[in-house]
Amino acid sequence: MDFIRLIGRVFINFFEAAGRLGIFTLKAVYSCFTPPFYLKQFFIQFIEIGFYSLPVVALTTTFAGMVIALQTYTGFARVSAEGAVSMVVWIAVTRELAPVMAGLMVAGRIGAAMAAELGTMRVTEQIDALSTLSTNPFKYLISPRIVAGVLMMPVLVLIGDVLGICGGYLIGVYKLDFNATSYLINTWNFMQPMDVISGLVKAAVFGFIIALMGCYNGFNSKGGAQGVGAATTNAVVSSSILILIFNYIITEIFFQT
Amino acid sequence: MFSLLKSTKKKATAKTSAPKIKMTGVCKSFGKKNVLQGVDLEIKKGESLVIIGGSGTGKSVTLKCILGLLVPEKGSIEIDGVDILKVKNHQREEINSKIGMLFQGAALFDSMSVWENVAFGLIQGQKMNKKKAKQIAIEKLAQVGLSADVANMYPADLSGGMKKRVGLARAIATNPEIIFFDEPTTGLDPIMSDVINDLIISCVKKLGATALTITHDMASARKIADKIAMLYEGKIIWTGTVKDIDKTDNPYVKQFIAGSAQGPIKMLIKEN
Repeated sequence: MDFIRLIGRVFINFFEAAGRLGIFTLKAVYSCFTPPFYLKQFFIQFIEIGFYSLPVVALTTTFAGMVIALQTYTGFARVSAEGAVSMVVWIAVTRELAPVMAGLMVAGRIGAAMAAELGTMRVTEQIDALSTLSTNPFKYLISPRIVAGVLMMPVLVLIGDVLGICGGYLIGVYKLDFNATSYLINTWNFMQPMDVISGLVKAAVFGFIIALMGCYNGFNSKGGAQGVGAATTNAVVSSSILILIFNYIITEIFFQT
Repeated sequence: MFSLLKSTKKKATAKTSAPKIKMTGVCKSFGKKNVLQGVDLEIKKGESLVIIGGSGTGKSVTLKCILGLLVPEKGSIEIDGVDILKVKNHQREEINSKIGMLFQGAALFDSMSVWENVAFGLIQGQKMNKKKAKQIAIEKLAQVGLSADVANMYPADLSGGMKKRVGLARAIATNPEIIFFDEPTTGLDPIMSDVINDLIISCVKKLGATALTITHDMASARKIADKIAMLYEGKIIWTGTVKDIDKTDNPYVKQFIAGSAQGPIKMLIKEN
C-alpha cells in the first residue's frame, strides 16, 4: 500500500512541478511582448550574456574545432579518406559543437548567475519590494533576461562557428599538412546554409532554456543561502539536461531521413 | 441644485468615514498549515494601526495578502472600498501605487545607489525624469536624517540603521496614502529603534497617511500606534487603543505585553 502511495506522490509532485513551470513560462513569454519595456535592463542583459560570454564561447569552440580535425584525421586516415576532414569539421562545428558547447558554457556562466542573483533578490525581499513600487517583476527582471538569451545565443554561436572552423583549419593546415587552398575549397564546396541555420535555431532555443531555468529557479528559491545554492545548482543541471534533450529533438526535426 | 450639493456632501462624508483598509474573514493556508483563520480588520483613513503577535502567528502573511504578494483562499480585502482580490492586474498595480512599504531587512536593491533606490518608484512607476527624481530622493533622504553624501553610496556600504532609514525614504518617496512597516525596529539598538519610531511618526503625520505596522516590539507599538490589534493563531483576538492595552483582561494580551513565559500562549518547545 505504501508503495502505491509513493508512486502516486511522485506523479503528483511531477505534474505539480510541470504545471508550475508551465505557468511561469507562459507568464514570462507574455511579459516579453507586453509593455512597459525596461530598455536599460534589456541593454544590461544583452551585454552580460552577449559580450561577457564571448571569451568562454570563443575558447571552447576554437578548441572543439581543433580537436575534431585531429580526431577525424586519425580515423579517416585508416580508410584513406583524409580529404573528408574539412567537411566533417564544417558539419560537426556548425550543427553540433558550436551550439551545444556554447549552450553548456553559457548555462554554467549565465544560468548560474541569473539563479543566484534572482534567488538572493527573492530571499532578501527585493522582488517583493519591486511589486510594492508599482513594477511588475516579470517585466523588469524576467523578460529582459529571456529576450537577451534568445537573441544573443545565436550571435555567440555564429562567432563560435567561425572560430571553430578556423581552429579546424589551423590544425588541418599547420599540423596535418593539408594544402591550405584545397582545404578551403573543400570546406566551401560542402557548405550548406541549413547546417548553419539549424545551429542558430538550436542556439535560440538553448538561450531560451538557459534564461528560463535560471529565472525560474532563482525566482522561486526559498530559505536563505542554502536555498539560493540549491536554485543555482538546479538551474545549471536542468538547463544542461534540457539543452542535450532539445539538441536531439531539433536535429531530428531538421535532418530526419 | 441644493439637493445635488447635499447629496455630493453626503457622498464625500460617506467616503471619509469608510475604512481605508478592510479585511473580512481572510483565510490563508500553506499546505496543511492554516496560517490565517479568518482575519477581520478595519483601518480608518489617517489611522496608525499596529498588529502585535508572536513569531509565526501570521503577521507577515496578513501584510503580504494586503499587498497582493499572496492570494488568500477565502475572505475579502478592500482598499478604499475596492475588493483587491477581484480586480485585474493593471488595477492592482494602480492600487499598489498608493502603497509604500518598509521591509524588515529594508530590501534595498543592491545593484543601485541609494538615491536610485529612493527614486525607483518615481522613475519606474511615475515616469518622472531622473534629475527631478534625484532631487526628490535627496529631499526624502534629508527628511529621514541622511545627508546628500549618502545618496551616491551603495546599500552594501550602509549600517543596519541607515538601511532602514533609506528604506523608509523609499517608502515615502511617492507620497503614498498607505504605508506598511514590517517589523521596523527589529535588529536595531534601542536608541536607533527610537529614532526610527520618531521618523515613522513624523513621516506618517506629514503625509497624512494610513499606517499599518507589524511588530513584536511593545515599546515601538506603544509609540507609533493609534490602535493596536493582537493576532494569535491566525485570528485577531483583541483590538483597542494604546491606553486600553494596559487595562485589558484578555489573558493573551496580558501575557504578551508582560513578555512572560507563563500564560495561555504556549511556545512550541519540544519537551523530553
